[in-house]
Amino acid sequence: MDITEVPVSQDNRGKKKKNKKPKKKKSVAEEGDGGGGGGAEKKEEKMEKSEAASAFPPTFSVSEIKNKQRRHLMFMKLKQEKRKQKMQLRKKKKKEREALGDKAPPKEVPKTIENQRVYDETTVDPEDEEVAFDEGTDEFSAYFNGLTNPKVLITTSDRPRGRTVRFCEQLATVIPNAHVYYRRGLALKRIIPQCVARNFTYLMVINEDRKVPNGMVLCHLPDGPTAHFKVSSVRLRKEIKRRGKDPTEHSPEVILNNFTTRLGHSIGRLFAALFPQDPQFVGRQVATFHNQRDFIFFRFHRYIFKNEKKVGIQELGPRFTLKLRSLQKGTFDSKFGEYEWVLKRHEMDACRRKFQL
Amino acid sequence: MQHDDVIWDIIGNKQFCSFKVKTKSQNFCRNEYNITGLCNRSSCPLANSQYATIREEKGQCFLYMKVIERAAFPAKMWEKVKLSKNYEKALEQIDENLLYWPRFIRHKCKQRFTKITQYLIRMRKLVLKRQRKLVPLSRKVEQREKRKEEKALIAAQLDNAIEKELLERLKEGTYGDIYNFPVHAFDKALQQQDEESESESEEEEEEDDEDVGKREFVAEEEVEESDLSDFEDMNKLRTSSDEEEEEDEEELSEEDEEEEMEVETKASRSKGKSPANGAAARKKRAYVEIEYEQETEPASKSRATS
Repeated sequence: MDITEVPVSQDNRGKKKKNKKPKKKKSVAEEGDGGGGGGAEKKEEKMEKSEAASAFPPTFSVSEIKNKQRRHLMFMKLKQEKRKQKMQLRKKKKKEREALGDKAPPKEVPKTIENQRVYDETTVDPEDEEVAFDEGTDEFSAYFNGLTNPKVLITTSDRPRGRTVRFCEQLATVIPNAHVYYRRGLALKRIIPQCVARNFTYLMVINEDRKVPNGMVLCHLPDGPTAHFKVSSVRLRKEIKRRGKDPTEHSPEVILNNFTTRLGHSIGRLFAALFPQDPQFVGRQVATFHNQRDFIFFRFHRYIFKNEKKVGIQELGPRFTLKLRSLQKGTFDSKFGEYEWVLKRHEMDACRRKFQL
Repeated sequence: MQHDDVIWDIIGNKQFCSFKVKTKSQNFCRNEYNITGLCNRSSCPLANSQYATIREEKGQCFLYMKVIERAAFPAKMWEKVKLSKNYEKALEQIDENLLYWPRFIRHKCKQRFTKITQYLIRMRKLVLKRQRKLVPLSRKVEQREKRKEEKALIAAQLDNAIEKELLERLKEGTYGDIYNFPVHAFDKALQQQDEESESESEEEEEEDDEDVGKREFVAEEEVEESDLSDFEDMNKLRTSSDEEEEEDEEELSEEDEEEEMEVETKASRSKGKSPANGAAARKKRAYVEIEYEQETEPASKSRATS
């Protein structure tokens, strides 16, 4: 009887402070009856402690209570207390702010990962001459000086499944002057000279795993850098809600957001060179590569200016996310290539606020 | 003494053989010296005192022979002969070594040798072809990346970012004269911004002041027609709300119809959205000439906005 009664009363004591005193007396009486010994004494101590905790500021943490139910209840109480205090604090602050009116101190900016980002010393300064010089003479300079027009060859890994094939087709509609070819077991190193001979500027290989595209190798052709990405969250056109009609043949504009570091810069140029230099504004189509925390989101929209302050956008084509895995200097050569940058998970995942792109 | 029949009687059927693997239809023999791989009276290396096999080590084939004379010396029981790399020569070697042996063993040896050479050839061919590298995925890492991606997507606020960028480009004039909005609204929008745009609006107002005094003989409608001919589809889109736009539309629709007949009409685009402002508000065109020499569209495209 004692065994069954005691826990219940103790729980109650935990919950309600009002009934503390009478219950305490009762419990002491009960324990006296229950028989002495270490057990009862220990229980007394604990009960007193927990009572003390509920009465006074806790001198010990909730985790010291061994009984799970009691501990849980104490924890819930603690949480409620904290929440209440927080609400009170907020109300007070709000009142103060209203009272002060204009003189109130500005609202504190919440900390975000972007705010707290570790400063990367390779961040490109817009006026940096060295960077400008590099960009004037790197592999993309031909494109940016208007000498070459992009011509993209899209292919897959061996034996692509339906989803990948459709993805490639949709990509080909998004990127002007793109051709899709089946792989048929050919080696990339043999395809590359043929592509160069036919004036292709880009080779894009979509890698597939378990019927879903999961990787992309983007190789700039004459002897340009090769980037290997991990592809995720592919949404084909029919899976996009509220989408517009199919994209037309006009060359889209390109938006590149947030490519700040040197590496990001070169990747940004890699993407920019996929599309023709002069976009046809008639088409009102825009392809966006947005970098956020090292994930590059690709979207393809049609926009329309309602007035000079508002623009409406409607998503058309496929959307996918890229994450850079490696950047290699020459054309695709996994064995002997010279890697400019490789994703090393252990090093780079260590800090949450450090990003590469 | 070596009694093959007794041995077979024991291990074949009645009692246990550690090399035997039983399946529903077949019995296999796991002994490495077995020539066929099945558990038979004639294929069992333990139950035959005269036996031969072909085995392969690192691409090299050897003929192993066992005779009854050496049955007492287990360490020296198997005689190993290296076979030539040439297929025909190796077959001759087998024949020569297994001269006068039972036909079954000779035949099976040659069969096994053929099979081994075939798979060695295949291995060598595969090495030359494209090797598929299997990269193991760690589930924890993949889950972590997926969650990070979701959070990054939320933080990115893509639609807002894109809209902002497009509006900025409009303000900077990369679109040239395609979009024309009423000046006063444009000025208002600019005045709401910070210093740069304030100076812009000042310039605009100056220009307006200049133009007010001038008399311009601008064939507005013709200019608009030529512009409109480029944008064949803009005519199809109907305005929703603004009265001004509707008025202009009525004016222009007549001209546009002519243009439409000439030009190929593509499928109507952007059904759900309000129409292009090419149809709207062209009348104020004459004196909004904000000449910012943004000739390098590529520059604006390639600039990496941070």
